[in-house]
Amino acid sequence: MNLNNWIKNNTIHHSQFWDLKKLVEEKEKQGMKISLCLPTLNEEKTIGKEIVMFKSELMDRYPLIDEIAVIDSGSSDATREISANFGADVYLSSDILPQYGEKKGKGENLWKAVYELNGDVIVYVDADIKNIHPRFAYGLVAPLIYRPEVHYVKAFYDRPLAFSQGIRPSGGGRVTEILTRPLFSLFFPDLTGLVQPLSGEYAVRREVLESIPFPIGYGVETSHLIDVYKKWGMEAIAQVDLDQRVHRNQETRDLGKMAFGILRAFLFRAEELGVIGELPELSTVLKQFQAHDEEFEQISHTIVEEERPPMIELPEYREKFGIK
Amino acid sequence: METKFGSIDEILDLLPALPDKLKGIQETLIANLIMLSEIPSPTFEEEARVKMLLQRMLECGLDTISTDEAGNGVGIIPGKDLSKNILLVAHADSVYSSKVDHAISVLADEIVGPGVADNSLGMAVLATLPNILEMLGIELEANLILLSSTKGLGRGNLDGLRFFMDNNKLPIEAGICIEGEKLGRLSYTAEGMFRGLITCRIPEVQDWQRAGQNSAIIALNDVINRILEIPIPRRPRTSIVLGAVRGGKSYNVMATQSSLRFEVRSEDAEMVNSIRERIDEIMADAQASHEAEFEFEIVSSREPGGIDVGHPLVKSCRQVMERLEVQPTIRPSMSEVSELIARGLPSVTLGITEASNLHDLNETISINPIYTGLAQLIAMLLAIDGGFCNEPEQLD
Repeated sequence: MNLNNWIKNNTIHHSQFWDLKKLVEEKEKQGMKISLCLPTLNEEKTIGKEIVMFKSELMDRYPLIDEIAVIDSGSSDATREISANFGADVYLSSDILPQYGEKKGKGENLWKAVYELNGDVIVYVDADIKNIHPRFAYGLVAPLIYRPEVHYVKAFYDRPLAFSQGIRPSGGGRVTEILTRPLFSLFFPDLTGLVQPLSGEYAVRREVLESIPFPIGYGVETSHLIDVYKKWGMEAIAQVDLDQRVHRNQETRDLGKMAFGILRAFLFRAEELGVIGELPELSTVLKQFQAHDEEFEQISHTIVEEERPPMIELPEYREKFGIK
Repeated sequence: METKFGSIDEILDLLPALPDKLKGIQETLIANLIMLSEIPSPTFEEEARVKMLLQRMLECGLDTISTDEAGNGVGIIPGKDLSKNILLVAHADSVYSSKVDHAISVLADEIVGPGVADNSLGMAVLATLPNILEMLGIELEANLILLSSTKGLGRGNLDGLRFFMDNNKLPIEAGICIEGEKLGRLSYTAEGMFRGLITCRIPEVQDWQRAGQNSAIIALNDVINRILEIPIPRRPRTSIVLGAVRGGKSYNVMATQSSLRFEVRSEDAEMVNSIRERIDEIMADAQASHEAEFEFEIVSSREPGGIDVGHPLVKSCRQVMERLEVQPTIRPSMSEVSELIARGLPSVTLGITEASNLHDLNETISINPIYTGLAQLIAMLLAIDGGFCNEPEQLD
């Protein structure tokens, strides 16, 4: 595969899909059902706005989305109340497939959404976006509607306001540029074609979602990309430029935890796929420093990247969706 | 919904059930509010927000939409009788600079953000009205002219609305000005008003001997004292508000510049004029005694006027509010309605919901009362459309 061709053909700007009427017609022609999943944990400041926008524009005005579901990890603020007020279906993650127990992490919610939601396509959008706009959902769903060979559509955000030269640096956030991109360059060079492999917004066909495992924590995006790439190839992946995304900025320390989780998930995948040799037992503890006056002290964070199996392996799932 | 009524009582009977029906429009209204409110729209820079409003109207299927030379946004919902028109106005400008973060938060029962009440909600109501009428199955006889007027606040001096009214060729029966805050607001009279800016300059001199004896602050202070000596009658109700004073640079530097912003209001135009003349005299006198340069600029002004409390339009508003159990707050206005009244157009200002922290960054509106506010507006449109708000013709 020629990566430059892939980048040219599979990198799309959301403005190509401005004609929502046409998009809805095409979706209806295919009889496709689309579910929007918003994984939440204490997002009362932004969740109301997201639901109102998606419901008004992509359900009431243009019926593109068939269900809007909030899958909540047990928020202690008003996230669930607000979500229900504005017409989303609200689920507590621990209430879905309770026989499999409860694990903490965004990946857990994404996995449980595959069981709970009914769409042929699920579009995942993070709940902390300040400048929410309908493009965050329709921009990701559109390539799946128009291009049958595409199975997994990832968002990226890039908006040059004014640049005097033709060339400008572009790419992902700090963790992408100093961890994920170097790792992909070393072991999965094709995946370097993704501008922002860690972005939290993506739309995926059910047949993909049900057949890949879900790390429950920080590693879910990295692991998905590797699995989709290995099983369906780069042709199944597309990326859409959604312009600017305004969200909370994370502390470098928190990014350290994220990087730790991603690295563990990556190493396990690489080992499993035989890309690297057998690994020794990996620690689950990340150590960081804090200082009391002149004294330095180490603090330990235990970060376990547990994994949920492909949904299709669960008898409950096979029964619900009539899979023999 | 039936839109032919034999009397206003038939409209009033619809009211108790209307707010609940209007909840069906919640997401559309709030989405419009978000999209409009997050675009900064300080006075004289309303273009982007007006463009968004027109785009939303276009998406509702309105085909008569336009902007004019003053930047006003206008959309028309066609009625069955094309010769009749009702004007709905919501000003497009806000008091917030474009540097302020305009992001808004939608909470369980409140919406928070700069300008959500004044007047993004008013504009959102205009943007959503086509959907509301469609949802309720209302087809009016009259055309509804939806006008979002520019240059309304402060130095804008209602210039957008004035331009529209100067150049509009459609015959208008009545006007309703929509403000986000507050539910129960009922304005149908305008006070006479002018807003003045007095600036004082003193030539810069390095003269230690005279330090403390003269400064732009002292000179302005003298002017302020004299303004406060102007006798203010209780009837007609009149007031002088000293709004803002600025001047000087630091602890030990003689102030060479100072300014006063103030507002004079009265129910009587003569009283406003006589105060203005008195201030002119004070300025001339102060100029001579302080060796200072004074300038007195009228920033904006309004003529007093109003429609009578017994006018059927006002009576209908009160009846509608009473049936919705909304306590009317009657106050004279100096906003859009004053301009419409001055031109002889029977008009009122109505508020849509409860609001707090007005003009702060955390300006807040309550979601639930919005549906009562909308019900009031729909009832008034039906009442005007049904001819129940016209003055009886004079018998000679």
